[in-house]
Amino acid sequence: MLRALSLEPDRCTGCLQCEMACSYENEGVFNPAKSRIKVFAFHTEGRFAPYTCTQCDEAWCLKACPVDAIVINSETGAKDVLEDVCVGCKVCTIACPFGTINYNSSSGKVIKCDLCGGDPWCAKACPTGAITYVDADSTGLERMRAWAQNSPSGSASFVTPTEKDVQHYERVQL
Amino acid sequence: MAWTQKILRVNLSEGKVDSEPLNMEWAQSYLGQRGLASKYLVEEIDPKCDPLGPDNKLIFTTGPLTGTMASTGGRYSVVTKGPLTGAIACSNSGGYLGPELKMAGWDMIIFEGKSPKPVYLFVNNDSAELLPADAIWGKTVWEADKILHDVHQDSQIRIACVGRSAEAGCLYSAIINDLHRAAGRSGVGTVMASKNLKALVCRGTKGVGNIKDPMGFMQATENGKKILRENAVTGAGLPQYGTQVLMNVINETGALPTNNMQKVQFAGASKISGEAMHEPRKSDGKPNLTTNAACFGCTIACGRISTIDKNHFTVQNKPEYWGSSGGLEYEAAWALGADTGVDDLDTLTYANFVCNEDGMDPISFGATVAAAMELFETGAISTKETGGIEFKFGSSEALAKAVELVAAGEGFGKDLGLGSKRLCEKYGRPELSMTVKGQEFPAYDPRGIQGMGLAYATSNRGACHLRGYTVASEILGIPEKTDPLVPDGKAGLVKAFQDATAAFDSAGICIFTSFAWSLDDVAPQINTACEGDWSTERLLEIGERVWNMEREFNLKAGFTKKDDNLPPRLTTEKADSGPAAGKVNELDKMLPEYYAVRGWDEQGVPTTDTRQRLGLS
Amino acid sequence: MDHLIVGAGPAGVVAAEYLRKHDASGNVTIIGDEPEPPYSRMAIPYYLVKRIDEAGTFLRKDPGYYDNLGIEVVKDRVNAVDFNKRSASLGSGGTRGYDRMIIATGASPITPPIAGVDLPGVYHCWTLDDARHIIKLMESGNNVVLIGAGFIGSIILEALAKSGVNLTVVETENRMVPRMMNDVAGGLIKDWCVNKGVNVLTSTRVQSIEQGDPLTVNLDNGDHISADMVITATGVASNTDFLDGSGIKIDDGIVVDEFMQTSIDGVYAAGDCAQGKDFSTGGFNVQAIQPTAVEHGKLAASNIVHGHPQQHHGQVNMNVLDTLGLISSSFGMWMGVENGDVVERVDRKKFRYINLQFEDDYLVGASALGLTDRIGVLRGLIQSKIKLKEWKQKLQNDPTRLMEAYLANTQALG
Repeated sequence: MLRALSLEPDRCTGCLQCEMACSYENEGVFNPAKSRIKVFAFHTEGRFAPYTCTQCDEAWCLKACPVDAIVINSETGAKDVLEDVCVGCKVCTIACPFGTINYNSSSGKVIKCDLCGGDPWCAKACPTGAITYVDADSTGLERMRAWAQNSPSGSASFVTPTEKDVQHYERVQL
Repeated sequence: MAWTQKILRVNLSEGKVDSEPLNMEWAQSYLGQRGLASKYLVEEIDPKCDPLGPDNKLIFTTGPLTGTMASTGGRYSVVTKGPLTGAIACSNSGGYLGPELKMAGWDMIIFEGKSPKPVYLFVNNDSAELLPADAIWGKTVWEADKILHDVHQDSQIRIACVGRSAEAGCLYSAIINDLHRAAGRSGVGTVMASKNLKALVCRGTKGVGNIKDPMGFMQATENGKKILRENAVTGAGLPQYGTQVLMNVINETGALPTNNMQKVQFAGASKISGEAMHEPRKSDGKPNLTTNAACFGCTIACGRISTIDKNHFTVQNKPEYWGSSGGLEYEAAWALGADTGVDDLDTLTYANFVCNEDGMDPISFGATVAAAMELFETGAISTKETGGIEFKFGSSEALAKAVELVAAGEGFGKDLGLGSKRLCEKYGRPELSMTVKGQEFPAYDPRGIQGMGLAYATSNRGACHLRGYTVASEILGIPEKTDPLVPDGKAGLVKAFQDATAAFDSAGICIFTSFAWSLDDVAPQINTACEGDWSTERLLEIGERVWNMEREFNLKAGFTKKDDNLPPRLTTEKADSGPAAGKVNELDKMLPEYYAVRGWDEQGVPTTDTRQRLGLS
Repeated sequence: MDHLIVGAGPAGVVAAEYLRKHDASGNVTIIGDEPEPPYSRMAIPYYLVKRIDEAGTFLRKDPGYYDNLGIEVVKDRVNAVDFNKRSASLGSGGTRGYDRMIIATGASPITPPIAGVDLPGVYHCWTLDDARHIIKLMESGNNVVLIGAGFIGSIILEALAKSGVNLTVVETENRMVPRMMNDVAGGLIKDWCVNKGVNVLTSTRVQSIEQGDPLTVNLDNGDHISADMVITATGVASNTDFLDGSGIKIDDGIVVDEFMQTSIDGVYAAGDCAQGKDFSTGGFNVQAIQPTAVEHGKLAASNIVHGHPQQHHGQVNMNVLDTLGLISSSFGMWMGVENGDVVERVDRKKFRYINLQFEDDYLVGASALGLTDRIGVLRGLIQSKIKLKEWKQKLQNDPTRLMEAYLANTQALG
C-alpha cells in the first residue's frame, strides 16, 4: 500500500529537526539549506508550516524533464531524481508550481523529496507529529495530498536509523 | 568532529576581518561555547578593563553540538566582561542564529576594539564584511530586522541586534536574535553597542558535518530525545505551559519574590501564570498564548508565542504590537509581574514585547522597576524624578511607561537603565537593591529555597538562576528531592549544579534538557560527535574547570569574598507567609562549606592544589 | 484508431505516451526525420561539455521503451499532408494514412541574413548533428564567434565558455536574453559573462562573414574578428513549410484552438510548431519551451481520445537559464502589464535581481537572477491565480518571501 507524508502545520513548532534529518540522510550534513523539506515561519501569525513535495499525480517535474531523469519509484510512488541522468537544466524547477524541486549548485543536479525510499527521515525526526508517514488508501491519497487536510495520526515513532535501502527504479506508465 | 575549527576575528577599530584556526588543544579542555569562549576571553583581555571600553572583547560562540540533530542543539552564547557587574558575563540564547553561524563555517566570532562609526557584520558562509549601520542605528531591533531583510533580500538570513536601549547605555541591554530570543543577561548588548556594533547578520549554507561517528551520533541523540519526550517536565509541562509552568508552583512554595522581594507570595500569581496564558481573555475571547514554539533543534518547544488584545491600553492604535511575538517566560513574567506587583497579563506581555523590541533583559528591567517602586513608596524618589509617573507597586501604567522610557533611553528611563544597584545607590538606599555583584535576582526567593541563596551569592555572573539551578532538586526533586528550607547539604548541591551547568553550556545545548538529562545522557552525544573520549567524568571536570576559570577572572577583576553576598533583606527580614514563613536565607552557614567543597581557601580563592588538579595555570 | 504523430521531440513523444495511456488499443506512430532515437535539444549543451554522451540526450532511455508501449517510431520525413484524404506523403516514398494526426514538428533555427552565413565553419547549434560538428572545433584556444545572445545562444554560450575557447558573443539588442530579461537583469548577465572572460558585444551587428582560414567576422562597429568557428543562434521559427498549400491555417505557427485542434478537424498541433494559448495574455503565440511542448502533447492526446471535455487556460511562458553559474528565470508577464504594480530589487554587487509584476491582487509575472530555491512557486502563484491580499504588500516589502505568500494563501495559516 502506498504511503504519503502528512503535514500538519498546527502541530509544527519550528524546531527544524526534519530539515536536519533530511539533509543528513540525503547530503551527509546537517544543513537546512540542503533539506528537501522546509519549514516556513509566519512570525506575526505565530505559525509554522512544514512543506515538501506531495508526490503529486500531475508530476510536473517529471513531465518537464527533457532527459527522463525523474521517474516514479514503483515501491513508494515517489517521483525520484536519477542523479546520473539529470543534466542540471533546471526546467523542472520552474515547472513545479509548488516550488519543491530545487537546483543544488554543488552537485549541479536537482534535488527533491524521494520519501527516503519509503522511510522518510523527516517524519522519524519530527517530535510533535506534524510530519507523519501514513498509509493512504486509494481514496484517501488525494485528500492526504490536499494541504488543508488535517487528520491526526498519532505521534511519529523513531526507528533505529538504517542505511538507505537499495532502490529499484522502473519507469511506471503514466 | 563537530567543531568547524575556525574563528572569525573582527577588529572593529581597524575594520579588519580575519579567519584563524580554533585552538583545538583548548577545545579538548574547555569543549566549546561558554567554556571555550571564556578561555579565549580570559587569555585575551585584562580583567580590570573597562567593560564598555575598546579593550573589552565580545565573543559570539557556538558549541560542538550547535547546529546538529542533538535536541536543543541551537544555542549560542555571548561572552564578554559585563558592564552591569564588572564580572565575566556569558549570556546564552536559542532561536536560529547560533546554528546559522555554525553552518556558515564558524565556531566563534571575536569582536575586538571599537568601530569609529556604527557598523554591522554580515557573515555569508566564508565571507564576512563590516557594513555601515547608518540605516539601522537608532532603530529598534524589530525595525532594524525589517531593514536588514530588505537590504539583503533573503528571508533566510538570521539576525542578532541591539536596540535603542543599548545605544543609550542601559546597563542590562540584551542582544536579541530572531526578533525575540535573547542573550539576555549582564548587559552583553550594552557592550556590543559600546563598540558601535549594531548587528550580526548571518547566512550559512555549508552545514555542519564532520561528525565523528554518524550512526552512533544519530542513535545517541535519539536516545536523548526519547528521554526528553518521556519526562514529565520536558515532555509535557514545558511544551504546554513553558517555563511559566513554575509560576503557581513557586508561589505555593512561598518562594515567589513579590514587591521587590518584600514578600514571598504574590496574590496575583495565578492571573499571570502559564495556565492563565491559555485562558480566553474576557475582552476579546482569545487567549494570550497563540502557540508554543521551539528554538532550532529543540524537541521540547517551551517557547511562548503570544498575542495582546488589540484594544488593550498598551497597544491601542499601535498595530505593530498586534501580531504575535515572543511571550512571557517565567522569569520575565515574575520580574515584570510579581516583583512589581502587576497582575495584568497583557501589560506584562507588552512590556516583554518592548524588552524584545529594544533589547532589554526583562529580569533586570522588571527588578529595577520594582526597586524604583519601593524607592517611590518609601519617598526616596518622587514624581519629580520619575517625570510624573506614579511608581506604585501594582501599577500597569507605570510599568508600561517605564519600559517605553528605558527602551528609548529617555527621561527617568535613563535612571532605570542604570540597573537596580546603581539606581538605589544614586538615591541613597543601596539596601533596597536586590542584586548580587550588581545583577538583579531572578524569580526564586532564597528564603524559601535556601540553595538558591548560595547559588546567587556565588554565581560568577552575578545573581542568576542559570548558573546553579538547585530549584530542580529543592522543589522539583530532580535528580533527587532535597528540603528547600534547610541549608544543610546545599554547598555540595550548588557545586554539582554549577559544574554540570557549565558543561551543558559548553556543549551547545539548552540547560532545560537537564530537567531530564544528566551528563550521562549528554556524554554519549558529545562522544559520538567529537574527536576524543568524552565521559561524564570528563565533562564534569570541564564544568569545574570552567567554573574555576571564571572565578579567577572575577578575582583578578577585583571581586573578593565580600561580593559573595546577598542583600540584607534576604538574610535578615523573615519571609512573612507560606511554607517558608519565618525563614531567612542562611548564607553564612553555607558559604564556608561551599568554599571547602570547591577546594578554595577561606577567602574564596582556588588553592594551588585545586588549580593544578584542574589544569589551570 | 490510427494516431499519427509527426515529429519526435518532447511534444510528440509525450503525445504518444498519453495516446497510449488513454487509448490502449489504438495504433500510435511517431514519424521523425532525424537518425537518432527521440532526443532532447535541451540536453545538447550538456553533451557539448561532455557531461553526457549522445544517449544522455535521449528523451527515453530504455532502448525497448517505445516497443514496450506499443509505440511505433518511424525514421522518415513527412513532405506533405493531404488532409482531405487523411494521408501523409513520406520522404521515403509512399504515403501513410491516419485517423488522427498530431503535428509536433517543432522549430528550426532562423538563418540570419548575413553574407557568408552559409560558409563552412558556420553552424547552427540545434541538432545532435550540429553538435557533433561543433564539438570538433571546441578546442581550447580556438576563436569562436557566437551570433545571438538570446535564450538558446546563452545556453550554448555556457558550454562554449567552459570548453576554454576564446569566445565573442555578438547581440543586436542592448542586453543579453532580451526576450526573457529586462535592461537591468539582461545587463547584469552581460557583466557576469564579461567578468568570466567572455567578450560580449551588445547593440552590435554582424555585417558579414568572410571566407578564409580562419574566418573573418565583420561587425557594424568596424571591427573584424578572426574565428575558427561561427555559431548562429538568432531565434527559431516553427517548422510548417511542409504544410504550405495544405489548407491548414498557419500564422507564426500552426493555429490551434483551446483544445489544441488545428483548423483541420481531427488534426492537432503541439509544441514549438503550434501557436497555442498563452495563459498570461489569453492570446495565442508560439512559446517554444519544453514545459509547454509537454503540456501541448498531453492536451492534444487526451482531447483526441476523450473529445473536448474542457478548454485549457493556456501555458505560462517561462524560462530558466544558467549562464556560467548565474541562474536566471522569467515567468509570464515579466515585462509588466499596463496599470500593474511592480516591485524590483537589485544587488549589482552580488548579481541578484528580482522583479515581481502584479495586476490587482495577483502575481502575473516575474523575473529573477541568482534565485534558485523554490522558484517554481512563481509559476504556482501565477497559474493558480492566487489572490495575494495582504501578501501583495508583504511581497512588495520583501519579494523573496514567495513561498510564504503561497503558503499563507493556500493553507489558511491565519
